[in-house]
Amino acid sequence: MSTTPMQTPKSASHLDLLESHAIFILREVAAECERPVLLFSGGKDSAVLLHLAKKAFAPQQLPFPVMHIDTGQNFKEVLDFRDAAAAKARARLIVAKVQDSIDQGKVADPGPMGVRNRLQSVTLLDAINDNKFDAAFGGARRDEDKARAKERILSFRDAFGQWDPRAQRPELWQLYQGKVNSGEHLRAFPLSDWTELDVWEYIARENMELPSIYFAHQRHVVLRDNMWLAVGEWVVPSSDENIEVRTVRFRTVGDANLTGAVDSDADTIEKIIDEISIANVSERGATRADDRFSETAMEDRKREGYF
Amino acid sequence: MKTATKDLLRLATVGSVDDGKSTLIGRLLVDTRQLFDDQLDAVQAASEKRGVGDLDLSFVTDGLRAEREQGITIDVAYRYATTPNRKFIIADCPGHVQYTRNMATGASTADLALVVLDVASGLKEQTRRHLCIAALLGVRSIIVAANKMDAVNWDESAYNKVVEQINTIASELDIASVKVIPVSALIGDNVVERSANSPWYNGQTVIEALETSDAGAWAGTQDGARLPIQWVLRQNGGGRTYAGMLCGHTIKVGDKVTLLPQGVETTVKAITNAAGPTSEAGVGLSIDIDLEAETDAGRGDMIATAPLPTVSKEITATICWFGDKPLASGQRLRLKHTSNVTPVRIAAINGVVDIETLMIEDADSLTTNQIGLATLQTADPIVVDDYREGRVTGSFVLIDEVTNATVAAGMVGRASFF
Repeated sequence: MSTTPMQTPKSASHLDLLESHAIFILREVAAECERPVLLFSGGKDSAVLLHLAKKAFAPQQLPFPVMHIDTGQNFKEVLDFRDAAAAKARARLIVAKVQDSIDQGKVADPGPMGVRNRLQSVTLLDAINDNKFDAAFGGARRDEDKARAKERILSFRDAFGQWDPRAQRPELWQLYQGKVNSGEHLRAFPLSDWTELDVWEYIARENMELPSIYFAHQRHVVLRDNMWLAVGEWVVPSSDENIEVRTVRFRTVGDANLTGAVDSDADTIEKIIDEISIANVSERGATRADDRFSETAMEDRKREGYF
Repeated sequence: MKTATKDLLRLATVGSVDDGKSTLIGRLLVDTRQLFDDQLDAVQAASEKRGVGDLDLSFVTDGLRAEREQGITIDVAYRYATTPNRKFIIADCPGHVQYTRNMATGASTADLALVVLDVASGLKEQTRRHLCIAALLGVRSIIVAANKMDAVNWDESAYNKVVEQINTIASELDIASVKVIPVSALIGDNVVERSANSPWYNGQTVIEALETSDAGAWAGTQDGARLPIQWVLRQNGGGRTYAGMLCGHTIKVGDKVTLLPQGVETTVKAITNAAGPTSEAGVGLSIDIDLEAETDAGRGDMIATAPLPTVSKEITATICWFGDKPLASGQRLRLKHTSNVTPVRIAAINGVVDIETLMIEDADSLTTNQIGLATLQTADPIVVDDYREGRVTGSFVLIDEVTNATVAAGMVGRASFF
């Protein structure tokens, strides 16, 4: 950092304050918990989280490993980015595989093209248990979903990994307290108060790298449930489905068989910011089949231990 | 691309159950176009499913299954809005008395309180209670939505009666800035759109009042800078820098500082913020500080400029008790203050606050949701300011030693109004 020129003092913007708050949370949890881990999927929110973690502890290495819960149905571009970003951060990467949970008979096999989203909770909780993690940082934001809007920044999980939305710990001021008993753990969400637009404005300001699928590109897609799904290993069109080549990008990144692409010409961060500034549909509403199962799909999954 | 330079205002809603807090926030978000089409569709579907009319705006923030089934707010919902110059973090707080701890969670970081009350029934006890807690937590600015004006045919005298009640309690609670706005959250009058039904009212709409209020008030403005040390960073050259979030006052390279509780006097050699080296840093920012003197400081210590905070193992404080069992003298807990966690013993309960009269009454214990005064003895010295001077260095929480639950909010010193 010594080569960076001295800055001219100016008043703090909303991005400065959000960044500082997130760094504060990262440091506080790292100091109070014995064995934290940072959940890192390679998506934009977890990329921002990793970027902030690097800043929080520079010039030292991260005082915790990063972990990905791999459903086995991820986009290759995102996995490549995940590996490169973790290596660049000199972070130890743990990959916990849903396939292993299936092979061990802990969850039912949904079949080669079946949905694995909900199975992740079992793999995640097992990995937290096996590694004795007492805190897991996640990139979830409160603007994503109405159940997340209710969750504390440090969110308590009991010995079964469950979230009880009716009995959350009071969270006063910025006195985040991370003490848990053996077997229990915390989820910590440093990006709680960030919106989708804040995330993109921050990515632009920090000139961050992201997986290529966030930017407009040409892809073979098929229309299912009003979403463009990328044709590939987990999305094999039936004979009555039309394959089209369209210019699309992904607004969120999840499993390839659940995450829809949106029509877009936005091939730069600046164009993406312009696009989401005038969007009519929320990012998860536009692109995530996993949130459409029921009115309280997110709350129900979170109660079971989901991200 | 739009400019990213906005400031940040944190607000909490305050008010009794059924006076329309969630509906007002829903209205505010809908009319400033913060909600996406799919989110509105979901609210509409949920409204129809429960037979509560076309569009129940309270479903915008009441996101939990139990909240929708019971039609009440259980916990704080955080919502976000942006206008060209400002980002808003809105904590929509529950009104029921048994969820006071959640209301305090939402209000503890608020710059201002948005108070919602039903103009027909005026100031209810629960609203009064919440206003008292908000004021106790340091909120000095309120915007009051005198709601359901449509139900009283926009009767100016009904509005004036609320203004009178609010002015009385605001002066009792030392609230400096008060704006009372006649609104109908249901139809949207004077929330974002100016109402044609209130020609007698020339003041601001709710959104205008929100856009012109002081932001950043919660981080505190005092004469001394405070950096509670969160983490010690070892530099490549072998030096140590102290990381934390600055509060109280700006700090500059060359400032004379004291490391507490050690009492070592030295000078700020260098400051680094998230963007790199800087000559000066403002409150609310995470920074690293390099000191001239060789020091042996660690997490829980504090770097401060004059006037200095107090170092003590005994404090008198105002306590909001959230525990299920009463709090009594002799009880042992853990106390978290800034980055410091230390065992604590309740030396004495010095009284309980009567919310109605704001008088202190004799008591030897505090029951759930009561506010009282206590003397506490800590195992290790802590470095504190009076809460009214600094919300960060004057606040603490009490933690149950067995369950690790947060059972109390504490503020050093006592409010001027009781």
